[in-house]
Amino acid sequence: MSSEIWISVRLTIALAATTTVILLFVGTPVAWWLSRSRARWKEAAAAVVALPLVLPPTVLGFYLLVALGPDGPGGAIAGLWGARTLAFTFEGLVIGSVVYSLPFVVQPIRNAFEAIGDRPLEVAATLRASPARVFWTVAMPLARPGFLTGAVLGFAHTIGEFGVVLMIGGNIPGETKVLSVAIYDFVETLQWREANMLAAGMVVFAFAVILAMTLIEKRMRRVGP
Amino acid sequence: MSGEDTIHVALSGRLGDFDLDVAFDAPGHGLTALFGPSGCGKTTILRCIAGLNRLAGVCRIGEDTWQDKARFTPTHKRAVGYVFQEASLFPHLSVRDNLLYASGGKVQPAASGGIGFEEVVALLDLDRLMQRGPQRLSGGERQRVAVGRALLSQPRILLMDEPLSALDRQSRDDILPFLERLHRSLAIPVIYVTHDMSEVERLADHLILLDAGRVVASGPLGVLQSDTDLPLALQRGAAVTLDAVISGFDSAYGLTRFDVRGGSFLIPGTADMPTGSRQRLRIGASDVSLALEKPASTSILNVLPARISSSRALDDREIVMVLTLGHNDAGEQLLARITRRSWDLLELEDGRPVFAQIKSAALAPRRLPQ
Repeated sequence: MSSEIWISVRLTIALAATTTVILLFVGTPVAWWLSRSRARWKEAAAAVVALPLVLPPTVLGFYLLVALGPDGPGGAIAGLWGARTLAFTFEGLVIGSVVYSLPFVVQPIRNAFEAIGDRPLEVAATLRASPARVFWTVAMPLARPGFLTGAVLGFAHTIGEFGVVLMIGGNIPGETKVLSVAIYDFVETLQWREANMLAAGMVVFAFAVILAMTLIEKRMRRVGP
Repeated sequence: MSGEDTIHVALSGRLGDFDLDVAFDAPGHGLTALFGPSGCGKTTILRCIAGLNRLAGVCRIGEDTWQDKARFTPTHKRAVGYVFQEASLFPHLSVRDNLLYASGGKVQPAASGGIGFEEVVALLDLDRLMQRGPQRLSGGERQRVAVGRALLSQPRILLMDEPLSALDRQSRDDILPFLERLHRSLAIPVIYVTHDMSEVERLADHLILLDAGRVVASGPLGVLQSDTDLPLALQRGAAVTLDAVISGFDSAYGLTRFDVRGGSFLIPGTADMPTGSRQRLRIGASDVSLALEKPASTSILNVLPARISSSRALDDREIVMVLTLGHNDAGEQLLARITRRSWDLLELEDGRPVFAQIKSAALAPRRLPQ
């Protein structure tokens, strides 16, 4: 297998891993708020989070391109280290992926938080636990299956993204050329053998992810000390 | 009621389809039952005391104000122990870790002034359960752990919301003796929500009667039980509970003598308890019959002199009356229900001295496991 493919594989995994870690940090408070808040506009906020599920990736990619470009906030941030733009960079891809995969991480975690119900949290409060302690010692452990599902979905979904990457990342080897783009590239240049290897690899990966997730979830359902 | 930790509660607000408007004081010791039909606001009151719900009003315990016009202390800063209807143990923690949740995993030694870990474990017989997960406990065991967990948060007041109602009959019978023992050994006040009169009779010292969001009456259990202006004395299962002291045994016939103010009772069964220990007796209104002269030959063991203090017609067939034991009107009060025919036949009237005949079987003492 050519080193070109390996560079793409490594880049894709790095992107998915970074995105997943960031999403767990960003998505958890969002999911907690969505599950606990009684604000009227909560469902509107939930709809915004879920937008990437429905929007064509090119639409999302277009707005991200504008935002990350030299005239958008992304350009201003890039200016901090002397660059002109975040578009067509790995950092830009991470930002795009975080937005794109957000609902896949937030939704399972939110569901898991909601499944806990009020009671365990009330019990903890009557046992003198501060809201922070309630969160860390009761809500987080009880929502564990949701975190696992969210992380796996976020990771897998980032690996499979194509439209958004193409819009904001282009096709720079080692910087933005992820697997899905590489497959597209191989097909365009009639390298069917390479395209086939990558595509088959993705199928095996997707199958393994879903199977592993199902099995682990099944184990975790049996919550116990 | 001027105990140091007297509990004062006054709450008002909309609750479903009626208004809740209550104000009461509960003594700073013993068990106060909040009794009333389902949906009368009992649980809401309890949740407000814990700070889990918020209605306008005041909540004070001793010198501490948890809620008034200006402040509202959040639940985790109130020294309450709360036992929910369902045990609600943390499923991801073992029994031991559930018990130690409030103390952050540290075992409180018995000598430190608070409620000790070993003490609670012994009181509720939790030793065998320690390493188990909540899934592997019976309903009664779970509720016992929940009670222990609440106690180990070192509360100044224990709030119990129908802790037995989610249990089957067997579990209920298993756990009641523990609650009775708890009630005796506990220094802190307990507020106990229930709609089951038998729990009130076994556990309560003080009673607050609620109906549709209002306090109907509030006072010591015995006083409310024998008040014919209140619904308790008029209902079919009306009874009084008496505090009795064991004063002797008749081993030849297997009888135990219990003294109450103004009289004493003989009850079959030699309780394995020492003379001088206290016991609660329940005497149902329909188990008491009357005679004008002391019956010379009767199989009824307990025939006590008494006086009719007051009476009230239940309907055109039956009359319920309050009897005061003894000759000097200083004794305990009993309820008796008889037919209006007997009332007329015996020419009974308020103030009349009579003999109360109490069927022994009705005097089932509640015994604690030793």
